[in-house]
Amino acid sequence: MSTTLTPQQTVLPPKNVTKPRGGMKKKTAGDWAILAVAILLGLLIAVPFFLILINSFKSPTDYNQSGPLSLPTELYVDGIVNFWERVNFPEKLWNSFFISSVVAVLAVGISMLNAFALGIGRVKGRTWIVLVVLLANMLPQEVLLYPLYFMFKSVGLYDNQWAVIIIFVVIQSAFGTYLLASVYGTFPKEILEAAAIDGANRWTILWRVVFPISRPTLSVLLIFFFIWTWNEFLIPLTFLVSNAAQTVPVSIAVLQGDRMMDVTTTSASALLGLLPTLIFFLIFQRTLTRGITAGAVK
Amino acid sequence: MATALPAAPARARQKRPAQSLIPGSRSTAFWPYLIPGLALLTVIILVPLVWNIYLTFTSYRGIRPPEWIGLDNWVKLAGDQTFWTSFGNSVAMILAMVIVPTLLGLVLAAMLFDLIGKKFGGKLASFLRATYYLPQILPAVIAAIVIGWILRPQNGALNQILEGIGLGGLAHNWLGSPDTALPSIMVIMIWVQLGYPIVIFMAALQRVDPELYEAAELDGANWFQRFRAITVGIIRPEIFVVTLTCTIAALKVFGPIYALTGGGPGTSTIVPAYYAYSEFFQSQQVGYGATIATALTIVIAAVSIVFVIAQSRLERKDEER
Repeated sequence: MSTTLTPQQTVLPPKNVTKPRGGMKKKTAGDWAILAVAILLGLLIAVPFFLILINSFKSPTDYNQSGPLSLPTELYVDGIVNFWERVNFPEKLWNSFFISSVVAVLAVGISMLNAFALGIGRVKGRTWIVLVVLLANMLPQEVLLYPLYFMFKSVGLYDNQWAVIIIFVVIQSAFGTYLLASVYGTFPKEILEAAAIDGANRWTILWRVVFPISRPTLSVLLIFFFIWTWNEFLIPLTFLVSNAAQTVPVSIAVLQGDRMMDVTTTSASALLGLLPTLIFFLIFQRTLTRGITAGAVK
Repeated sequence: MATALPAAPARARQKRPAQSLIPGSRSTAFWPYLIPGLALLTVIILVPLVWNIYLTFTSYRGIRPPEWIGLDNWVKLAGDQTFWTSFGNSVAMILAMVIVPTLLGLVLAAMLFDLIGKKFGGKLASFLRATYYLPQILPAVIAAIVIGWILRPQNGALNQILEGIGLGGLAHNWLGSPDTALPSIMVIMIWVQLGYPIVIFMAALQRVDPELYEAAELDGANWFQRFRAITVGIIRPEIFVVTLTCTIAALKVFGPIYALTGGGPGTSTIVPAYYAYSEFFQSQQVGYGATIATALTIVIAAVSIVFVIAQSRLERKDEER
């Protein structure tokens, strides 16, 4: 994501890129050893995910007999089905999706406006403004709970998803402002000059020049904001008290310790909880890297 | 503004004129673009922050109005053993969430990019990167549920694995005993964090000019020398971003502690954010909870200020070069 942070890439001449001479080099024993270590580390990191996967399809009796490590003796989907129906999973999925998408789009918008003024506008005292904005990231979230509870209650937004959306737009755009401001600080001057000579005003330059050129970085931010908001817990837990408004992580967490949550249902709930972000990540994986390489100006 | 100083452009550049990157646009003309962001920030962040600072001077239990008690909370905080323990544990969290993942992430990113990506193919490298990143997309509470379930003392997966390979004697109540709770959480946090620096650093490495590397190789620089002199130099901005954001996250870590140990056993895994939370919502000592949270905010803000200033100094030095 932050790759676009720096200017160097924008001046990297394309001839370097057209020389992918990798792949054909000789592989030494040391190379194979390093590859083995890298794969082993990957397996180690993935172990908990395998465990979730195999235990989600096990019946509780199967689990009690053969433990967490064996493969299921038969495909058992009751755990997943039970959990799905119990929490009305499609509804939670939609809530999470709605909140995370709106937050991601609005937070990218605010980040872009802020960064335009700070990075390209070079507003006075910008280092300090960035620091104040970053406060949103620095504050432990508990600090916000009491005051925001009273504030949202008084305007009738308590237990409303828009309360959560507004809070996370501010929190996520703090990071976005920090990152984008330094990206825009190194924005190629010639392009801005050319646009100014053509008579474009500030808004036109932002919308027609800066936005399209920085779109790869913006889409990386969008993905991060979406995943981060999806995974949030404390604030949705506090501000969305009614069951119908809850998000996926909250609905899973509040069911822990419930009588219907035997071991394999817990595992099934974890599987359902991580699948949406996993799918999202896999779809946008390439954007993450391309966003970074394509930051260069054509 | 620059038009007022046409004769002294050199001096103007040194003094950072209030001129934007767009010719003919003064910086002050950009203020309107900050209005939406700063207005929202004020309502959602700054007002609650000031409110909390006020609460640190009061005794407030959430029901009757806050009662002014001056500096009592701060005096109590200075002598509060639990508070200092929680900050001690923050150091452990910085080790597990910043230092180890950043160093390991640098090495792994360089390894994936330079070696595996070039010799075994980019597909394999990005597959491995995605694997390392997996724990990052797991919601913290769900990660905690899964890990807690793997580490549980009876029939937990880890203890069963140990028994399976004949090390049953090492089986342990990992999160339930004071001697292993904190180290277990540290290992979990390394697992969670590692993917973040790897993804960012690998993306940054694409900026490194391969010719620079080849030249250094011809000059006889070994891998580590090239890594230190070229790689670290070029991706320094990303190292800053990763270190700062991870340090902030480590200082205010809450979710995993909340879901895994609740600060226990005893106070062995308590962290400031969790301590504040328990004062806020369990003991209903809102004034004291606010004091802990404010102290934590001051520490985080101080660290961030040092970071951001150092970063902008370095950036300015680069510009001057």
